[in-house]
Amino acid sequence: MTEELLVQNKTVVVPGEPLAEGMGFLPSKGTYRDHEMIRAKRLGLVEIDGKVIKLVPLSGCYMPKTGDVIITQVFDVSFSGWRLDTATAYPAMLGVKDATSDFISRGADLTEYYNLGDNLVVKIINVTSQKLIDVTMKGPGLRKLQGGRIIKVNPNKVPRIIGKQGSMVSMIKFATNCKIIVGQNGLIWIDGTPNEELVAVNTIRMIEHLAHISGLTERVKTYLETQLGKKIEEVPPMEEQAYTPAPHPNYGEGEREHRRPQRYR
Amino acid sequence: MSMKDEQKQHVQKALQENLRYDGRKKDQFRAVTIEYNISKSAEGSARVKIGDTEVIAGVKMSVETPYPDTPDEGSLMVNAELLPLSSPRFEPGPPSAEGIEVARVVDRGIREAGAIDVKKLCIARAEKVWIVTIDICTINDAGNLIDASSLAAIAALKQATFPKYENNEIDYQTRTDTKLPMRKWPLAITVFKIGNQLFVDPLREEEDVMEARLTVSTTEDGKICALQKGGSTPLTPDEIDQMIVLAQKFGDEQRSKL
Repeated sequence: MTEELLVQNKTVVVPGEPLAEGMGFLPSKGTYRDHEMIRAKRLGLVEIDGKVIKLVPLSGCYMPKTGDVIITQVFDVSFSGWRLDTATAYPAMLGVKDATSDFISRGADLTEYYNLGDNLVVKIINVTSQKLIDVTMKGPGLRKLQGGRIIKVNPNKVPRIIGKQGSMVSMIKFATNCKIIVGQNGLIWIDGTPNEELVAVNTIRMIEHLAHISGLTERVKTYLETQLGKKIEEVPPMEEQAYTPAPHPNYGEGEREHRRPQRYR
Repeated sequence: MSMKDEQKQHVQKALQENLRYDGRKKDQFRAVTIEYNISKSAEGSARVKIGDTEVIAGVKMSVETPYPDTPDEGSLMVNAELLPLSSPRFEPGPPSAEGIEVARVVDRGIREAGAIDVKKLCIARAEKVWIVTIDICTINDAGNLIDASSLAAIAALKQATFPKYENNEIDYQTRTDTKLPMRKWPLAITVFKIGNQLFVDPLREEEDVMEARLTVSTTEDGKICALQKGGSTPLTPDEIDQMIVLAQKFGDEQRSKL
């Protein structure tokens, strides 16, 4: 039996492309086993970590995941809460008890809290196998958005836009003086002066476009400096934020997958 | 304050600095591209892109009996379909009010300008005339569908050639070199108003929060051939004057790209 890697680390592969041959390799997120072969499930970058083969997707839609902070819009007000459009195939439900710490009496007019069309930053607390999404607004940074504008980006590029521990987005915020909230579902809320806001939007679009390139932070910094005509000094550490912590490297999207065995570390 | 009012204020704030959401000025169009002959089966067709907005139009010609009141004139028909693939807000099914408006505004511009010499479409008086049908389909809606549709329709008319017509039968497989008898090239340009700001070629976000709009169809000789007002806010005569000037300017600019 042959044991062979068929692709190099960090190459772009297409769905069905063979990545490795042999039972010694383990398929992780975004890959699957087809007899002896490990193949790619979607378009993305291969990451080879010892014998574990993982794929970082470059396209595709957002799949709701517990713990994610997303930006949503109210599209229905019911007896017991609000239904939210998550910019995915699945609507989310915000129950009265998760919506606010205020006391809401029975039969109260819920539109006094959140009305149709309002944009809310919420956190996913539960996703069922049928993709019914429960969200909450209790938590730091979770709130109703006022003013500003919302842009949509490819949700797979969101980690790149946020950067390590939010470094990239902090830099944009610091440089442009804009308030920015990045939702894991690919919606980004930006509020600032028209000119600086435009720079922020263009920077985010650039990151989205160049997400697969390494050393992006430096490029973004230079871009921001030329656009704004000022030097970016030390970026202050991020204030309290509604960010999804970076997932464990092997944390799956609710799908069954192989955990990385200890010995390969 | 409702979400919509807030968004309107935000757009307005940018407009006051003569800056749009995508960095343009108030009186600036996105990049316009026109592609001809994109359909095999249509007698004339065109694809128009204004930024991310994309519209295709096709011209079909058939021979029918003329209307009794115009026995020696051919006729024109415009249909527009806002396909669900172009925007999450369009649904399949019978045409929406928005779709009917696009078709009617485009139709009115071409008809009232006398763009097609309908007398020349007559084959036999009171018996047979050519009927020109324009079908407009939206492929992507990123705002300003009316202007894109109008441009696509005119481009398709410009490229259209008659099919072969012999022994009372049309042979759609064989196309002649005869072009449609065009006299004018009317184009619709829509000018939008938010607060006291006037601007052209809106993005979807700007279209959503507009207060009023005026579509002005103009011809190359500076004549206004059709108007369509939309939105709930009234316009002052002064504003209408400014809008017409803008529409004429951009009408000429787009016409030069045909």
